[in-house]
Amino acid sequence: MKSTSLKGLLLASTLLCSIGYAQAQDAELTIESWRNDDLEIWQSKLIPAFEAKHPGIKVKFTPSAPAEYNAVLNSKLEAGSAGDLITCRPFDASLALYEDGHLAAVTDLEGMKNFSDVAKSGWSTDDGSVQFCVPMASVIHGFIYNKDAFDELGLSVPQTEAELFAALDKIKEDGNYVPMAMGTNDQWEAATMGYQNIGPNYWKGEEGRLALIKGDQKLTDDVWVQPYETLAKWKDYLGDGFEAQTYPDSQNMFTLGRAAIYPAGSWEISGFNNLADFKMGAFPPPVRNAGDDCYISDHTDIAIGMNPKTANPEAAKAFLNWVGSEEFATLYANSLPGFFSLSNHDVKMDDALAQEFVSWRGKCNSTIRSTYQILSRGTPNLENETWNASANVIRGTEAPQDAAKRLQDGLASWYENHK
Amino acid sequence: MSASEQKKKPVRWHIAVFLAPAVLIYTAIMILPLFGTLQLSLFREVDQSQVFVGFDNFRILFGDPRWSESFWNALFNNTWFFIIHMLVQNPLGILFAALLSSPKLRFSVFYRTAIFVPTILSFVIVGFAWKLILSPLWGIAPDMLDAVGLKSLFAPWLGKTEYALTTLSLISVWQFIGIPMMLIYAALLSIPDEVLEAAECDGITGMSQFWKIKLPLVLPSIGIISILTFVGNFNAFDLIYTTQGALAGPDYATDILGTFLYRTFFGFQLQIGDPNMGSTIASVMFLIILAGVSLYLFGIQTRLRRYQF
Repeated sequence: MKSTSLKGLLLASTLLCSIGYAQAQDAELTIESWRNDDLEIWQSKLIPAFEAKHPGIKVKFTPSAPAEYNAVLNSKLEAGSAGDLITCRPFDASLALYEDGHLAAVTDLEGMKNFSDVAKSGWSTDDGSVQFCVPMASVIHGFIYNKDAFDELGLSVPQTEAELFAALDKIKEDGNYVPMAMGTNDQWEAATMGYQNIGPNYWKGEEGRLALIKGDQKLTDDVWVQPYETLAKWKDYLGDGFEAQTYPDSQNMFTLGRAAIYPAGSWEISGFNNLADFKMGAFPPPVRNAGDDCYISDHTDIAIGMNPKTANPEAAKAFLNWVGSEEFATLYANSLPGFFSLSNHDVKMDDALAQEFVSWRGKCNSTIRSTYQILSRGTPNLENETWNASANVIRGTEAPQDAAKRLQDGLASWYENHK
Repeated sequence: MSASEQKKKPVRWHIAVFLAPAVLIYTAIMILPLFGTLQLSLFREVDQSQVFVGFDNFRILFGDPRWSESFWNALFNNTWFFIIHMLVQNPLGILFAALLSSPKLRFSVFYRTAIFVPTILSFVIVGFAWKLILSPLWGIAPDMLDAVGLKSLFAPWLGKTEYALTTLSLISVWQFIGIPMMLIYAALLSIPDEVLEAAECDGITGMSQFWKIKLPLVLPSIGIISILTFVGNFNAFDLIYTTQGALAGPDYATDILGTFLYRTFFGFQLQIGDPNMGSTIASVMFLIILAGVSLYLFGIQTRLRRYQF
């Protein structure tokens, strides 16, 4: 009697379980990302658009803080608790994940047909045969300026470096605005919005970047040192106490209208549009001499791949195919002006500032950040050292030549082509 | 109890039973991971498999000029961090405790609470609040100095290589001064009134009473505080990480062993984490702390004189 009732109970519970299971047959996908700023856009625009087309798939966007993303993601992957879809950093960070079996190959996906080889370069194996992430967007570097301040002071948009410094001098003389909003506290702005922003004009974009990878150029060559010499001159145009000024400080300083020029990445556009109540314009990094070819950093920044251990591979593939579609490209580029689609679709954008940034693709030569491909594979890590060196040079605590020599020695200590 | 009274001692199971939860939990979450870390430091990843390399990771840490430069920089900074705590936090803590225990002091409960409150705040709050206070753009520090005409003394302290570490140490002192204060305060209160009355009969009052009677009696507490400070400082990480980030800027001036370990173990930005070298640093930190604690336990604590009342 007792045992039959127990059996009955067990049977009932298994039935209940299986009913519960049957009801939960919706495939659920979790996305790992560092773009916590975009949480709202994913939840209100991108995910509903996808779910409307794919009934039966539920998507959750679970971002972590940008600075911790790589560490958090690696730990989650090791522990087997990472999400089904993984937002990919470009180049080595993701390549290492692929090699460790934490990212699945996506080469044969239908959606991948819509991307050029350059777009795919950030997420391909060194020989280019396998892709492991579907490209989402690139970001373009340049300078955003306060148009009202420029009009007030009668300044025109600088085309050459000399004109930029002349404009900065004039703003400083006037005294109403801090000429340039940047701090060295967080270090990465100095490297990303400083060195990698103005640098391509010196090392001629891809030409110099590839020569550095091959070992034909060294970081101590003039074209790699001179950007540091220019950066060192920025010091006089930054705000008081810029040494302790953080990245959010700089953003606030500019959007509150206290500063005239902001060395920027296009990802700032949507945030700045919401905050600034003055007119903004943008100009590409000024060339060194009038008439020079211009080069911009159009950095393949963000992509999305699939965790091979996902429980719902078909659903994940459906999502990745959708990322390659025109619908996604248009939605993404317009919800997040400043993140430019890498696909071959002709994407219409409404935002004026974003249009200005993307128009440089037509007149300048595009390149990507010099330290990202291959060169940051070893220890010391060239990208992180570049942050440190750029911040030191702007603070004036290290001479440009010394910084360059330190970086070159570090690179030569592990990289075959430079030994 | 004499041996003749009880021939057969019953097995005292309750001791084992009562100890078991603590022993099991402590073993699972402290001792096993500790040995796991020590083990990990003897391996290296080659072609995606762990290979035993003996003490080679330690040789790299101390022998390779880049690794050793970072390590010694972190150790030196950490030592300075500790020195500031010992020179500022603990003497001030003793001073506050002495003042608080004075029966003439009014509002002592308020002071005691106010000084202790920062201790229970999260590092993130403390770091963020101080970063704002000291911010050259929006902080109140420049304005306050301006109000007394000392604006020229202001500097972006957290951004200067020469001041950043000392500034952070003082922030940490501000946060944790409540701990030594409370411990010493408790020790001072436990001194029996008879001893103090006897001292007064002998004409020892005021300052000399503090130096000659009270201070020797609270010396064991000061020893405990010193060792707590030592362990806490050499394990510190949170405050530096929340204010200066994992790169411990400016120019690694605030890099201490904890941030160095974090950067190495988990990686940072494009740098991919290296759990083996990270564990090597963690093992060295463990040895440093072990050495410090042993030195105290065997060298100092055994020589401290204790008084029983």
